[in-house]
Amino acid sequence: MNPLAGTAADLVGLTVLLPFLGFLVNGALAFLRPQAKRTVSVVGVGSVALSFVLGVFVFLAVLGARPEEPYVRTLWTWMPVGDLRIAAALQVDQLSVVMLLVVTGVGALIHLFSVGYMGDDPGYARYFAYLNLFIAFMLVLVLSASFPVMFIGWEGVGLCSYLLIGFWYADVEKAEAGLKAFLVNRIGDTGFMIAMFLIFAQLGTLDFVAAAPAAAQHFARGSGAVTAIALLLFLGCVGKSAQIPLYVWLPDAMAGPTPVSALIHAATMVTAGVFLVARANVFFALAPVAAAVVAAVGAVTALFAATIGLKQWDIKKVLAYSTVSQLGYMFIGVGAGAYAAGMFHLVTHAFFKALLFLGSGSVIHAMHAAYHHTHSHADAQDMRNMGGLRAHLPVTATVMWVATLAIAGIPPLAGFFSKDEILLAAFTRGAQDPLYYGVWVLGLAGALLTAFYMTRLMLYTFHGPNRTGDLERPHLHESPAVMTAPLVALAVLTVLGGAINLPHVASLHRWLEPLTASSAAIAGAPEASTGLELGLMALAVAIAVGGMVLATRLLHPEALLPADRAPAERGFAKLLLEKYRVDEVYDALIVRPVVWVSRVVLWKGLDAGLIDGAGVNGSAALARGLGWIGSRFQTGQLGTYVVVFVLGVLAVFGTLMGLL
Amino acid sequence: MFLGRALAVSAILFSLGVTGVLMRRNAIIIFMCIELMLNAVNLAFVALAQQLGADGQVFVFFVMTVAAAEAAVGLAIVIAVFRHRESVNLENINLLRG
Repeated sequence: MNPLAGTAADLVGLTVLLPFLGFLVNGALAFLRPQAKRTVSVVGVGSVALSFVLGVFVFLAVLGARPEEPYVRTLWTWMPVGDLRIAAALQVDQLSVVMLLVVTGVGALIHLFSVGYMGDDPGYARYFAYLNLFIAFMLVLVLSASFPVMFIGWEGVGLCSYLLIGFWYADVEKAEAGLKAFLVNRIGDTGFMIAMFLIFAQLGTLDFVAAAPAAAQHFARGSGAVTAIALLLFLGCVGKSAQIPLYVWLPDAMAGPTPVSALIHAATMVTAGVFLVARANVFFALAPVAAAVVAAVGAVTALFAATIGLKQWDIKKVLAYSTVSQLGYMFIGVGAGAYAAGMFHLVTHAFFKALLFLGSGSVIHAMHAAYHHTHSHADAQDMRNMGGLRAHLPVTATVMWVATLAIAGIPPLAGFFSKDEILLAAFTRGAQDPLYYGVWVLGLAGALLTAFYMTRLMLYTFHGPNRTGDLERPHLHESPAVMTAPLVALAVLTVLGGAINLPHVASLHRWLEPLTASSAAIAGAPEASTGLELGLMALAVAIAVGGMVLATRLLHPEALLPADRAPAERGFAKLLLEKYRVDEVYDALIVRPVVWVSRVVLWKGLDAGLIDGAGVNGSAALARGLGWIGSRFQTGQLGTYVVVFVLGVLAVFGTLMGLL
Repeated sequence: MFLGRALAVSAILFSLGVTGVLMRRNAIIIFMCIELMLNAVNLAFVALAQQLGADGQVFVFFVMTVAAAEAAVGLAIVIAVFRHRESVNLENINLLRG
């Protein structure tokens, strides 16, 4: 009997149900009474907040019971087919409960922020319906007890992401950004599905609880099958968590409303890949090659995306590439076998990146309002049009500085601890496999660039002279309390978040041990000496401070010109601004050939030519031809019929006679 | 010997009927030829019934009933066709042509 049975953990189904009910109510209101904004706000924010309160109770139950085994709450049998029995079951354990709190907690704050940010939008009810549906699916994803149920959540959040990126669907570019996200994710999802098939074929089960020990028993370490499973699972993660080579959808996903970017494309959904690796950690521990691939892809992505972030002018694009880069760090952590470190960075990143996005939302809101006032069509998201906003948005400027220091890795803010721990894990893993030293170097380089581009963002946005325009400047105002309150709450979390894995305070590492112990036993958990730990810590701080100082020295916000008067970039800077033209390369190498093959071969050749021509029209022509031949026998002359009839009878009799 | 002769007459009558149906174009004559074929069969039935039991005679009654019904329907059709076309020549009636 699991110690969680009969406790608040039994209520875990309600945490999913509440946002889903919110979706139903808001969805109905979107059709019936779109003007009822007050009801929509109460339902939308309330359902997620209630879900968070329930999540706290579930968390307290886990904290009190300290279960060694996950508690699986089976709701109903979903798919009984032969040997395959999939239950609609939710799993409460140390990992899922952390995600439950992050998703509902950060989610509730972002819902609250949205009340202010989206207040004037005609699609208000629709927006909250989607957002609530997203929370419901995200909770299915993190609470699922088996791969297929997780896949439901996985696809569900992908759907909501698509709907919300293309929320302003009248703008073709935004609708296409949603489509791009959906299509790129399909590539990864294929990998996830094949991995599931392989797991079932090899182990005969898809439940997390049963699959982990079965895998440890069934597979030899480093065998081909488990490496294939782990790599295919990771392909799913690469799509969902925007890593090289499938990261291209995430920067475009910024077409959605800014709170959506904060919730889905920074704090929760995109981290699902990291969560999946942590959830399936036994497979990655059994496949050292796959784990190395995870860490290497993470490291390359962390550095690559950071370099693009150096030259972006759109404030949200900088944050988008920063998110891609930070997700890379999480993958370094889980790839190096430090699942707790990866999850730790996931949690702290959820705090400070949500804060950064909401802060940028607050800035864009102010800029947009100012430009709206003067009917200007200048870009409200271009940092070249900002500058000196600190005076106009003091609260936003302060909390964003907190988040910037956190992401740069300045102690004692949350990001410092988590990023440091990831780099430490990579370094100590290097003793086993020298590849991880390379990962560590890339990670350090990325950290330097992170500090640089974030300082650049802050300098250009909030400092120096204002470039918004003389007419617009008086209309720049701080956002209302409903928007600044979530910002302040997230800032507090950003400051204190590091404490969840601080020695002597609380240890996420030990908290997750029941789930990672078996993979630590398989792959080994290298220990670092305290001296090494402190040395690396000092190096990380030096690099973070160095990056920020470098940015303040090299950049001159007072020399910047507004976007419409800015000179064109040249050389490498131009290449960075154009994001290494990866989109163009993909377009030329993949999209266009696929479109060409689809149009010329599949459509005109196969579909229109073979299937329509030979298949459909061909069989019709054949039937008509045969019918025409048959109809020639029908003369309508009774005499002919009788002659044929008599001849027939004679033939039959003749045959019978012959037989007798 | 009687059976042989009776069957021979029956065969001759039937052949006459078939020939008539094949050769003639007048609907009424074709109709009469069909009756001739039916009655040839009746004759064969009756002749065989003498040797093999009464079943054949029962069949004859059935055939006569069907022939009567057929005559009623057939003649009605012929009259209807004649009213329509002023002719009972089957060469002019070829609506079934494909």
